[in-house]
Amino acid sequence: MQRLEALLEGLRARDRGSVARALNLLEDRRPAQREAQRALVRASAAMARGRVFGVTGPPGAGKSTLCSALVRAFRASGRRVGVVAVDPSSVNSGGALLGDRLRILTHEGPGGVDEGVFVRSLAAGGALGGLSRTAPACVDLLAAAFDVVLVETVGVGQSEVDVARVADLTLVAVQPASGDALQFLKAGILEIPDVLVVTKADLGDPARRAVGDLRHALAVAREAGVDRGAADAVSVCAVSSETGEGIADLVATLDRRWDALEEGDGLAIRRFHGGVALAFETVARRVGELGVDALGGEATVRARLRGLVAMELPSMEAAETIVDEAVAALRTLTP
Amino acid sequence: MPKDKPWIFRTYSGHSTPEASNTLYRTNLAKGQTGLSVAFDLPTQTGFDSDAPEARGEVGKVGVPIGHLGDMRALFDQIPIEKMNTSMTINATAPWLLALYVALAEERGVSPRVLQGTTQNDVLKEFLARGTYVAPPAASVRLTVDVVTYTVEHVPDWNPMNVCSYHLQEAGATPVQELAYSLANAIQVLDATRARLGAGADLTSVFARLSFFVNAGIRFVDEVCKMRAFGRLWERLGRERYGVTDEKALRFRYGVQVNSLGLTERQPENNIVRIVLESLGVTLSKNARCRALQLPAWNEALGLPRPWDQQWSLRIQQVLAYETDLLEHEDLFEGSLVVEKRVAELCAEAWAEVEEVLRRGGALAAIESGYVKSKLVESNATRIAAIERGEQIVVGVNKFGETAESPLTKGTDGGIMVVDPALAARQIERLEQHRKARSQGAVDAALAELRRVLASGENVMPASIAAAKAGVTTGEWGKALRDVVGDYRAPTGLAGASVASARGNTQDAARLEALRARVRGLAAKLGRPAKLLVGKPGLDGHSNGAEQIALKARDVGFEVVYDGIRSTPESLVASALEEGVHLVGLSILSGSHLELVPEILERMTKAGLGDVPVVVGGIIPDADAKTLLARGVRRVYTPKDFELEAIMADLVDVLAGQQP
Repeated sequence: MQRLEALLEGLRARDRGSVARALNLLEDRRPAQREAQRALVRASAAMARGRVFGVTGPPGAGKSTLCSALVRAFRASGRRVGVVAVDPSSVNSGGALLGDRLRILTHEGPGGVDEGVFVRSLAAGGALGGLSRTAPACVDLLAAAFDVVLVETVGVGQSEVDVARVADLTLVAVQPASGDALQFLKAGILEIPDVLVVTKADLGDPARRAVGDLRHALAVAREAGVDRGAADAVSVCAVSSETGEGIADLVATLDRRWDALEEGDGLAIRRFHGGVALAFETVARRVGELGVDALGGEATVRARLRGLVAMELPSMEAAETIVDEAVAALRTLTP
Repeated sequence: MPKDKPWIFRTYSGHSTPEASNTLYRTNLAKGQTGLSVAFDLPTQTGFDSDAPEARGEVGKVGVPIGHLGDMRALFDQIPIEKMNTSMTINATAPWLLALYVALAEERGVSPRVLQGTTQNDVLKEFLARGTYVAPPAASVRLTVDVVTYTVEHVPDWNPMNVCSYHLQEAGATPVQELAYSLANAIQVLDATRARLGAGADLTSVFARLSFFVNAGIRFVDEVCKMRAFGRLWERLGRERYGVTDEKALRFRYGVQVNSLGLTERQPENNIVRIVLESLGVTLSKNARCRALQLPAWNEALGLPRPWDQQWSLRIQQVLAYETDLLEHEDLFEGSLVVEKRVAELCAEAWAEVEEVLRRGGALAAIESGYVKSKLVESNATRIAAIERGEQIVVGVNKFGETAESPLTKGTDGGIMVVDPALAARQIERLEQHRKARSQGAVDAALAELRRVLASGENVMPASIAAAKAGVTTGEWGKALRDVVGDYRAPTGLAGASVASARGNTQDAARLEALRARVRGLAAKLGRPAKLLVGKPGLDGHSNGAEQIALKARDVGFEVVYDGIRSTPESLVASALEEGVHLVGLSILSGSHLELVPEILERMTKAGLGDVPVVVGGIIPDADAKTLLARGVRRVYTPKDFELEAIMADLVDVLAGQQP
């Protein structure tokens, strides 16, 4: 317990070593750690929260270089940046290759290490490529310790949807002349992005065309009433991570959008819905389809989770409360 | 018929200081060596001064440090460069080292027009293997072309670029991949040169000056065929893509270093036999014979070779050229149906892969996307798996392992050369003296001009030669390049590579499954999946070992963090902390382990990571391994530990023994 106190103290002081150990603890799956994990989650929820930006998009769209460019831009303005990078796990072994992307490119400080940047890579649990089980809690913890948190995902399967649930704003990277823009529009995934970022703007015409295509398609969607309303309108930016072109504008757009959300309670509403959705998915994963039915069906479970999350319970804890009830009920069936 | 002229005999050498290397060169020349092959140390290759933080532990290790014109003077002291054929293994800093050489010649009153030799200057392959790149790929091609166009005009007998297939084979390339990817790299540079010279320019003189640096492995019959295929494809390329018609210009010219990848640490005396056989692959066929040959030493897998070891390798060449009847015959393979069939096969497959790379936008694009690297990592994994399974026999390693004690490694030096660490300090002292003695005004002006030229896109050679004469240092030249053009990190290729081990037989599959179960068991103990940081500290870019360990570790269920080459101790410790790893594995092949590893251990302790076990792999002599273990390293792996799964099982043991 004394160790936990010291850890919480270190976390409040934003000490790098304490942040690292706190993340290790959050990733720990042993039931014995649950109490300590709850304490951590509560402690980070009580701290000022940094801005969380999700970065997703198809493989090869330039997410990693975009993240590096964003890290540099945020650092240039003196903001401390945490990064959660999610990589897929191997279906066969459960192993994963992580990282290999960001740490390198800041070059500040002795030995190329910038103490204002902190990168934790997580393996996505399961083959579908969603966020790892512990990613939301890790993101919240980093958000307590850093001014800005970037959450980079593999951009396939479930992860795009998941990232929008943990991030305040979500960027979707789109590569020009790749068919990405078209695919994106066909799929009609408009609930995910807040900002569409056309990468590789240094390509010139193809990038300009991609921006035009996206704007046109968004206008069509608005007319068709698929849009989420003015406050949620999708911004379109073009950047070159290589030359730095457009990065400052992107940062300004992100900050402006974030401030607007914050002002109008939008952020709280988003976090609430995101939290409920994540909690429901956790419950569903743990108890399965039959379990959800036994608990009264999806609508009932969601309503209960809404109640719990509304009581300021972190989503992880809300989910656990329901799962614990289900487990207790199952235990009574044991012959 | 008259005897054919022998190829140029070289020994790849250089170490410690320019003076020590100069003594070595003069001794080798006296022993009948006919050309020089300069090995530079890693700071020189990557554009750092000997006293730069990045150079810690690397000064004078894998070659000679050359920091300024004074070092170049000392290196070639009493050696008539106007009569020498000097090969320099230099890539990212090739324009700079060539500038120093030209400056030295002019200082001695020797016209650059008579200089003969080679700058390796193939930066593209550095992104795939070896890793001594500095600038991003596109900017690197521009510098390569600068050297090509400059020398074609001003140093006409110079080979401005040695297109390397050598390192591709070392990175695991099959003969087809070796052919295809080196030709694709050559195409990239030739296309860029054509673009520079303008449409309609005659490329004959450029095409004629490009030479190749090729590897020869133990399958020497296949190597004979590969060399014949190379000649054929090169000629085709010249005719079809570049409109070259001059027969002499179309000739495929190449130098060779035979394979180091296959040299073993176990029963190292067998390596001499391997080296002899590999030499046959590039000398037997008169029509596809190498122009220059350098042989590794038998004890390379143990550590740095001594002068005697290098002499032994030189003698192999001399016996082959002067005692045997090899040079008395016309080509032995003309009309051989067997050879012809294999050559045709290699040509067809390699050409198809060249076209695949071109479809992907050429070598530059295929390197930036990680395509080529993934292919190489995959081939190497397949090769290693075949050795592990005993399908590919390596005598003395996975078969016939019993051995009498070797007298060769019994000497007090353990059969290798040990570089005196005091020499690095002396080199740094010389550098400081040099900085004091030069005119700062002249240096500043030269650097300003260099930066202007780097930014404008003009040829960087004239400004570099002027900078050499003004006393600019290697680190200053490198910094100008980094500042103006930018730094770069190449894709590791790991994400795209699939592992071959799943294809094994049922016995192998069962063994793998048992290993995975043990790794899963660790997760229960640790509370989360076991997480491993694979790190390559220092400037050494030989990443095969680290890559294969990372791939295999993922394959058995570890979460693996691998940041690629050239990490600093600081950045590795930061990674270990931020990523929350359970185990750190370091790979070092340049011989700087005694400097780098203890520093990392100290920094880990300071960061509160003293309880995270550290293991080290590399070319680490026994005595050094003992030192490292005494300092707290938990395991040391050397080339004799070739079974990756055995290493994985050992890592599980290390973690299983940890207190939670």
